[in-house]
Amino acid sequence: MTGNAVEVEGLSFAYGDKAALEEVSFSVAHGLIFGLLGPNGGGKTTLFRILSTLFPYSSGKVSVLGKDPVRERAGLRALIGVVFQNPSLDAKLTVRENLAHHGHLYGLSGAELSDRIDAALAAFAIDDRHGQSVETLSGGLKRRVELAKATLARPRLMIMDEPSVGLDPGARRDLWQYIEALRRDTGATVLLTTHLMDEAGRCDRLAIMDGGRIVASGSPENLRSGIGADIVLIRSPEPGTLADEIRERFGLEPARHDGALRLERDDGHELVERLMGAFPDRIEAITVSKPTLADVFLRATGHRFWSEEESG
Amino acid sequence: MTGPVRSRILLPAWTLAKRELVRFLRQRNRVVGALAQPVLFWAIFGAGLNASFRPSTGAAEISYMEYFFPGTVVLILLLTAIFATISIIEDRNEGFMQSVLVSPVPPIGIVLGKLAGTTTLAVAQALTIFLLAPVAGLELSVSVVAKAVPVLVLVAAGLTALGFTIAWYSDSTQGFHAVMTAFLMPMWFLSGAFFPATGLPPWLGWIVTVNPLSYGLGALRHVLYSSDPASVAELPALSVCLWVSALFSLLAFVTAVYVAHRPRTAIHGR
Repeated sequence: MTGNAVEVEGLSFAYGDKAALEEVSFSVAHGLIFGLLGPNGGGKTTLFRILSTLFPYSSGKVSVLGKDPVRERAGLRALIGVVFQNPSLDAKLTVRENLAHHGHLYGLSGAELSDRIDAALAAFAIDDRHGQSVETLSGGLKRRVELAKATLARPRLMIMDEPSVGLDPGARRDLWQYIEALRRDTGATVLLTTHLMDEAGRCDRLAIMDGGRIVASGSPENLRSGIGADIVLIRSPEPGTLADEIRERFGLEPARHDGALRLERDDGHELVERLMGAFPDRIEAITVSKPTLADVFLRATGHRFWSEEESG
Repeated sequence: MTGPVRSRILLPAWTLAKRELVRFLRQRNRVVGALAQPVLFWAIFGAGLNASFRPSTGAAEISYMEYFFPGTVVLILLLTAIFATISIIEDRNEGFMQSVLVSPVPPIGIVLGKLAGTTTLAVAQALTIFLLAPVAGLELSVSVVAKAVPVLVLVAAGLTALGFTIAWYSDSTQGFHAVMTAFLMPMWFLSGAFFPATGLPPWLGWIVTVNPLSYGLGALRHVLYSSDPASVAELPALSVCLWVSALFSLLAFVTAVYVAHRPRTAIHGR
């Protein structure tokens, strides 16, 4: 295996005259769990569709497992496993029937298919559910069946669109254990889209997308440490006057977000002590934390992560 | 090349067809729905129009219940094809079809699977309705039914391929419904299913003549009345009916495979 599992260079895409991707470039090394993090409408799903051979692209260069998703579509499809945001299981069929149909689509049959189904059921701990109709399963179990199905043809790259959407936190944690085990046991590369910060934090590498562009990329640790400061958040009954006084006495410029005051400082802990000493009665709560991916997003785009989500 | 063809096209087509059948049998209401409407149509229109039905043909007297019976059979084929293909629209965006579309199965495998599954369903239902033929006054022998099967297969496959093409181009089930109301149902009405082509105003007669479904229905009437050829003498010859139907089904199949090749970037789903 030479090169990268995925290489994208200068990729642009538009729906009619509405640009969805603009000059997107990134690469994914083999064996990584790579996350595309961004608010809805940021271009993730379009990118997912291009990489999984569903949409043809016309400008830029895309190589997935060394193949062009348009010109070498059929050959590439045999090598990738795709997990969709919406369920792709037939609810009227049993777990095993779903997997068997999927195997047949990849030319698998007979004893080999049967063995692979058993192995997939075991790997995702759904072997006791094999005869159950999919419509009777919980959301978390259905996701595991989706994953088992996508791994049946032993793909070298798994592409997943928002794999944990609609799952409760417990099921989400489970799902991640299976994703990590999958990478560990098969060596497959995993590329997933997400709009969840905690999920993004579990990826080896991230590309943060907004408005059809990649605005930041790197490992979650590097992205966070790139901010190079602690985040101090202060809650106060009168944030306005407190902000003025902090400005006067400390020469600092607090930003206001959702009624709280926010400061990015290298010496977060010391600052907290000094602030508490200065305004013991004016501060309801004060926290100091390491930067989060939401802070990275804010720094890279100049706007908050969720504002996009609500508008569209 | 038999190996790759088998594993890349025939095995996927077979599995898609099988899924179609299993799904149908597990949804009891679909079994009832696909048969109830045509039979209800037949019973109501048959009984209601019986008294006023005076075809201007030289053939022997025939009741409307009997005249309408082959049309009812074709309606079952048409509705089965519509129900089976309309499901593609949603299935493609949030269902089983998504993973079929990113699998290595070539479009011809997808179309063959849909055609095989739906045709089997449609023909099985049409044959169920044959049990009611005696009520219509039609005497059916085993050999007549055996001869009817290939005609039913031909017509059902053509209609399914047509439905597949329409569904592939539709962005919503509403869009498909519009085509169904404006095109597919009139195609059935004007195939000689509801009234004979003889004695129609020229413009209407012309539509019946260019309507490919007229020939599918014509072939079915020929086969059902093979012991009494005089009663279908005003129809185009059986060979013409079969040739036109075969050509139409082939054309519909090729079109379906062609459209399934085209990527669908027009859908704005996220």
